[in-house]
Amino acid sequence: MNQLSLEERLRLHGVSRRGFLKFCAATASLMALSPAMIPRIAAALENAKRPSVIWLSFQECTGCTESITRSHSPSLESLIFDAISLDYHHTLQVASGDAAEHAREQAMKDNWGKYILVVDGSIPLGNKGFSTIAGISNVDMLIETAKGAAAIVAVGSCAAFGGLPKANPNPTGAVSIDMIIKDKPIINVPGCPPIPVVMTGVLAHFLTFGTLPELDHLKRPKAFYGQNIHDRCYRRPFYERGQFAETFDDEGAKKGWCLFKLGCKGPTTYNACATTKWNGGVSFPIESGHGCLGCSEPNFWDAGSFYAPLSTPIGHVAQNAGYALAAGALAGAAIGFANKQKSSQAIEKHEEITVNDLIKGETK
Amino acid sequence: MQPLEKTGNILPLLHEIRHALEDLLATGQTMVIDLQAMPFAPSELVELKEILGVGEVSAELHALGKSTIQETAFSGAWWIVHFNIDEKMISQTIEICHIPAILMAQHADIQMGLQQLSSTLGGVSL
Ligand code: SF4
Repeated sequence: MNQLSLEERLRLHGVSRRGFLKFCAATASLMALSPAMIPRIAAALENAKRPSVIWLSFQECTGCTESITRSHSPSLESLIFDAISLDYHHTLQVASGDAAEHAREQAMKDNWGKYILVVDGSIPLGNKGFSTIAGISNVDMLIETAKGAAAIVAVGSCAAFGGLPKANPNPTGAVSIDMIIKDKPIINVPGCPPIPVVMTGVLAHFLTFGTLPELDHLKRPKAFYGQNIHDRCYRRPFYERGQFAETFDDEGAKKGWCLFKLGCKGPTTYNACATTKWNGGVSFPIESGHGCLGCSEPNFWDAGSFYAPLSTPIGHVAQNAGYALAAGALAGAAIGFANKQKSSQAIEKHEEITVNDLIKGETK
Repeated sequence: MQPLEKTGNILPLLHEIRHALEDLLATGQTMVIDLQAMPFAPSELVELKEILGVGEVSAELHALGKSTIQETAFSGAWWIVHFNIDEKMISQTIEICHIPAILMAQHADIQMGLQQLSSTLGGVSL
């Protein structure tokens, strides 16, 4: 079964050649490729073999897995998901305990140098015991599994940038995947969670071309993160004319004016939400009346209040240099020291925030 | 919520279709416009559909969910929507061509149908 091409597998499920071409058309749209690429995609997918995927979940909330597996009956996402051999995913797999860990070791052995490693969640460096799987610390499991991977896909803002676990005061010393693994190609697919089709789009790209998509300076695939939300926002004409909603229920809000003053982070955020949208293309936050939170950008959690305009100064809430250094060193007392110092600073800062401040949206 | 203002993307898109139809006539060059790659205000796609109107041909495809293939009032410009089995839209395009490729019978399907017909005939005595 593993040796069958995608088209052969679809045919086994009673899907006609026409159905396959429809699948290719939707895949082109999914990968944000020009429709002119459809014949090439068809040719590549005809022969695509099933790559082995090992999925590791570290400090995360399972939201990314929820996002990608949300649909229950066959959809484009699930067909692409079917087209890979998901050999280890401890939330989804039936096996548990020793059998589960053996499945990972076996998949690594059988596909050494060729498997794709998908990771969601950040890695705690503060204390190895903060997060373990089968008694193995997250950092050890990552290093071990990354060794035989062809490439690593860091799914979600936690794996890509540290995400919520890394937010001030970062009690576990959480870091992103690329702070630890330096010798493998890494693709960041941030978002909290990422749009499901963006995750499957990256897998589809690998499946189709056997290569990694083109990446931006934050290692994000340009096809999905090359566009600025603000540039593609349908409320943009209001921004240009200076027509802003001042509260969530004023006249401007009702007329669909720009949400900049209500804290929209669209101007500094790169993601596909404004065009790909959510829930099968139904809507996206701005269309539903709420500003963009900027969840696909590094340190979005610490970038000031979600409800303060971008022009508001945010103070020193996100000092990450300490962790960048600590992650490079990866071990030893220095990390513990950095942690303590950082958390005591954070506690001091934290005590300055009152409930009133939170309501007003000022976290300076 | 009804935004009063639009993205203004409809007019350039209509010009793009006009250019593509000219190319189709002059050189036979076909073209696909991916509507999901462009920002539209919630009402704009409805408006675009109204402007393009309904032409002479409409077809429905049932493969991995439904697809609708509708010629617009401007012959040679087709509005094509693919849905998955959940009836969720997975792609929406405008194709400029004589006939959308997805409507053509495919070799592999013809071959399989032929085999089935032959085996049916094998068991039939009239
Ligand atoms: S709502 Fe946000 S993304 Fe849209 S125009 Fe206003 S600031 Fe830009």
